[in-house]
Amino acid sequence: MTDTIQVGSYTLKSRLLVGTGKYRDLDETGRAIEASGADVVTMAVRRTNLGQNPNEPNLLDVISPDRYTLLPNTAGCHTADDAVRTCRLARELLDGHQLVKLEVISRSRTLYPDVVETLNAARILVNEGFEVMVYTSDDPLIAMELEAIGCVAVMPLGAPIGSGLGLQNPYNIREILDQLNVPVIVDAGVGTASDATVAMELGCEGVLMNTAIAEAKDPVKMARAMRLAVDSGRLAYEAGRMPRKRYADASSPETGLIE
Amino acid sequence: MQISVNGQTEQVERQSLEDYLTTRGLLGRRIAVEHNGEIVPKSQFSHVMLEDGDVLEIVQAIGGG
Repeated sequence: MTDTIQVGSYTLKSRLLVGTGKYRDLDETGRAIEASGADVVTMAVRRTNLGQNPNEPNLLDVISPDRYTLLPNTAGCHTADDAVRTCRLARELLDGHQLVKLEVISRSRTLYPDVVETLNAARILVNEGFEVMVYTSDDPLIAMELEAIGCVAVMPLGAPIGSGLGLQNPYNIREILDQLNVPVIVDAGVGTASDATVAMELGCEGVLMNTAIAEAKDPVKMARAMRLAVDSGRLAYEAGRMPRKRYADASSPETGLIE
Repeated sequence: MQISVNGQTEQVERQSLEDYLTTRGLLGRRIAVEHNGEIVPKSQFSHVMLEDGDVLEIVQAIGGG
């Protein structure tokens, strides 16, 4: 497909955005990301293990910043201050790169976003010149506020992170799509290919996923399935589905039948 | 003197940040460094002298979603 998605100053060719967590090793990570066709690839920022062999391969050796648009996340941050600090480190790590995925997570077992801290962090980051793609709840009012603050993409969850439950909130996502002008990307909740298609058929600009690919039995094959699912969903959305009817409507002519 | 690096205390000689990173095999690696809460641009590594009680955070990219 030749269509593109504009996220802030970035023009993306793929509507599938993927994470790099939970893979068996860096080789599998690289092969799955390649098969996904994604150009935006998320990563986390963590303390360097000082005990390890410094020549051990690094994620950035496999997922080259020259080839992919890296999207550092703030996973693990519970406050706006932590998230802002992580983004500043990421910007230094990636030589001034401004695109970040903001997520401030509550401590609960649901991993739901802490929207109060998310809003606080978003204000600071936008003010500092970051291009903020923000993970949030499916609350349309919060989504509108994040857009008003200046986030370049709003990314509501479809179901809890890593749950693989599929889109549980199509009406909320639909409402967010109706209200926002910046790209809406479903982030979290996808379990299999049809879930991604459902999100795209609703009109989302893209889908971001990690676990659904990384924890598949064959991640490389699932990455390809997701690529096709996202493209299919987008095509179906653009094509415009037929109306739903309560009764049957024969596909073959009901005239000219042999008597 | 004593410094803290990624939460661990270490006994080191007074030296520049660049020398410390070189000893650790980290110079030239894809890392970012925070010195006493302030990010140090790579170009400044040689200009920062480590002092007793300093706190370093050294981070890198890892897999995440």
